Amino acid sequence: MKLLYLLISLYVLAFAAPFINQYLRRFSGWILSIIPLLVFAFFITKISYISAGEIVTEKYAWISFIGLNLSFTLDGLSLLFALLVTGIGGLILIYAGYYMRTYEKTSRFFGYLVFFMASMLGLVLSSNLIGLFVFWELTSISSFLLIGFKHEKPEARDAALQALLITGLGGLALLAGFVLLSIPYGTFEIAEMIANPSLLSESRIFIPALALILIGAFTKSAIFPFHFWLPGAMQAPSPVSAFLHSATMVKAGIFLLARLNPLMDWSELWFYSLSIFGAATMFVGAWFSIAQTDIKKILAYTTVSALGTLVLLIGTNTTYSMNAFLIFLLVHAFYKATLFMMAGNIEKKTGTREMGFLGNLHVYMPVATIIMLLALLSMSGLPPMLGFIGKELIYEASVNAPGAAPFILVMGFFANTFMVFVSARMAFDIFWGDKIRYSRKPTEPDVSLLTGPGLLVLLSLFLGLYPNVIENSLVTPALKAISPGTETISLKIWHGFNLVLMLSAITILLGVILFVYKDKTLQFANFINLKYFRARFSKTFFSLIAGFLNFTKKKTAFIQHGYHRFYLMTIFLAASALVWYMIARVPFTPVQIEDLRTIPLFYFGVTALIVIAAMATILAKSRLIAFISVGLVGFGIAIIFITFSGVDLAITMIMVETLMVILGAMVVYHLPKYLDFSETRSRIRDAIIAIVFGSFMTTLVIKTGSLSPHDKISDFFSLNSYPLAYGKNIVNVILVDFRSLDTMGEITVLALAAIGIYALLKVKLKPGE
Amino acid sequence: MIMRSEILKIAALHLKPLLLVLSLIVLYRGHNEPGGGFVGGLLAGTAFVLHGMAFGAECTKKLPLVKPFLLIGLGLMFSLLSGFIVVLFGNDMFMQGLWINIPIPGITELKLGTPLLFDIGVYLVVAGMLMLVMLSIMEED
Repeated sequence: MKLLYLLISLYVLAFAAPFINQYLRRFSGWILSIIPLLVFAFFITKISYISAGEIVTEKYAWISFIGLNLSFTLDGLSLLFALLVTGIGGLILIYAGYYMRTYEKTSRFFGYLVFFMASMLGLVLSSNLIGLFVFWELTSISSFLLIGFKHEKPEARDAALQALLITGLGGLALLAGFVLLSIPYGTFEIAEMIANPSLLSESRIFIPALALILIGAFTKSAIFPFHFWLPGAMQAPSPVSAFLHSATMVKAGIFLLARLNPLMDWSELWFYSLSIFGAATMFVGAWFSIAQTDIKKILAYTTVSALGTLVLLIGTNTTYSMNAFLIFLLVHAFYKATLFMMAGNIEKKTGTREMGFLGNLHVYMPVATIIMLLALLSMSGLPPMLGFIGKELIYEASVNAPGAAPFILVMGFFANTFMVFVSARMAFDIFWGDKIRYSRKPTEPDVSLLTGPGLLVLLSLFLGLYPNVIENSLVTPALKAISPGTETISLKIWHGFNLVLMLSAITILLGVILFVYKDKTLQFANFINLKYFRARFSKTFFSLIAGFLNFTKKKTAFIQHGYHRFYLMTIFLAASALVWYMIARVPFTPVQIEDLRTIPLFYFGVTALIVIAAMATILAKSRLIAFISVGLVGFGIAIIFITFSGVDLAITMIMVETLMVILGAMVVYHLPKYLDFSETRSRIRDAIIAIVFGSFMTTLVIKTGSLSPHDKISDFFSLNSYPLAYGKNIVNVILVDFRSLDTMGEITVLALAAIGIYALLKVKLKPGE
Repeated sequence: MIMRSEILKIAALHLKPLLLVLSLIVLYRGHNEPGGGFVGGLLAGTAFVLHGMAFGAECTKKLPLVKPFLLIGLGLMFSLLSGFIVVLFGNDMFMQGLWINIPIPGITELKLGTPLLFDIGVYLVVAGMLMLVMLSIMEED
């Protein structure tokens, strides 16, 4: 089975999903999940092959004349991500099939969701930077559509736009970074680059490329200072948050950093920037999660913190940190997808996500309580969950971090303590705590809503108890991909009494103490937030956007003033200035003016006609005469074209001039009588502009005649028109074959202009508008 | 703007089909001799403008062929399609010309190619644009 076919099958499913959903409303979630789960099963069967050290690569010619391929690779890293994307994706579809029932227009929702899944899979399988970029942008677009799914709510639209603008900005930076990266290598294939990192280290483009790629990865993965779009994105329906904003899309940036690590791992700058931004994000996310009251917002900030931790772990670059990175990646995907789905379940059954309105739910939904508690155990890093192993490894990595160990350790310690606090708060305040009177008695969530979270949490428990299962099958090959030469650490729950265990114990103790004095903690957090974080990132972002819009409005009002005559003046003057400058730079060669007697008398006649007609236009006392005179000028020029065997131009010119006169005649009806309303001053101004423009055209033509460039482009066309394009009419061949893309642009403009004119004529303004 | 002239009416009635046929000829011959989609489209549009001048825009708008938005849309679609046909046939250069010759026994051979399809697109857009703009302005009276 080719990787390409897997991708295509998912994209086909994306387009079929709306129809499947429409006709099989009740079971659509289960049916839609079949293909993703089959793809998941395929990747499972590949584990033994990949863990034996093999790599699957595929390459398809895409745009071969610029050397662009669509290439895919399945190594340890992409296998890990592919399993996450398709496995969790399948479970999410089952969940969403039931969850979205109360929504309208769910058909397109499933289309977007599967489209996202396909793009995300394409992203992690790509081994060509351009291919990766294309999938990267597709995930941004589908994320935009999904966040803004409840588009009748203005907050959802704002959040979607914010996420799109930030990830879109990052995407542009990323593309620029990729282009820079390709300069020393001459290729976009990642494998070829990784094979030879020294080429990059010797290149001057390294620092700008690094900065641009980091901007791309950080915006996508909600790393400080770009973290604020993720909490905003909680406007999306819960299945979206569970899939995109916990396990997959926000991990795209992390994936890219891991993918490029072997290319950059000689650079201290790379590690310093990752460590600093990662540690900052880890702390900021955890801190902000404390005082939130909306369950999903709490989860969003803990996700920000987790993403920061992942970046930090890559940046720490030790055997422990690389192992911790992979384990924590899995751990976080499992518990966070579970928690988001459960948050959706709670909202569904109680109608609220606010902590203050929730309590005592263990009476109403015992199964959901158990699932949620296990996931929270994993998040707070308690045994026997996989989360415990993840956290132990992170501490191990921080303790052994070279150089910045104290800094990282302190940040990590507090982030973990906050995490324990937040987990405890969610567990007790939602499921025990106040006995709330619910307006409608909450019930146990349905089977479809519990399947996904239940399976994920069981997996997390199982892997916590038997961590060796993933050691050789997944971790070792992935390590080989992100950091060749790093050994796999044997995973176990019990490490004996050591510093790391002590840190864990203190973390949990402090977290519990914070929870016991919950009111004080929250008061303190709110106090600090109000005092020092008044300026919210999100608000700043929107005011920046508003400021920019205001600026463009002013700029547009200045440039697009709406006076046709001034537009023309601007064009004429700017063109004259630019071309006069160029003409002045070319050395003057005196032009041999031919003996006037050799020019046929005929030309004098035509030229006289043109000049007289032009004068008549200027002096005409009525608009109609002016129009006709202008037409006459055109016909004169057409005649000259004919004598130089430019028949095509002549025919077109005659047609256009005729139509212009007709058009003019029709328009004249509506215009006021021709009054001599231009003042003498403006007439003089116009005359000067006309003379400047006319004289530059004349000079240009004379100069062009005196120049003899080595290769005239017209020679190429006249030589190749017939052999290459089978046409004898060069003008036409240029229009429809050699330069057809230009022509296509022109007819598109023509079509838009026609529609614009139609709109202008048909839309009647009310008086006063 | 209606010219109340019987001469113009009769002339327009007979000239319209002639102009349309002429525009098609100009379109087809464009590849080897003067002509092409742009001029052809202008000619076709002019045929309807002439009709509009003789009978009034309201009357012209009811003619079966006068569907400017459809023509513009089809034209753009044909042009775009002509670029993609080549890609479908295994050549990866977008908009490269692709030709086939269909012999018509005894007379000549018909040369068809994607540039011709492209030119038809230009023809339709130009004709549609002319109809849309001119008839809209005429209707103002």
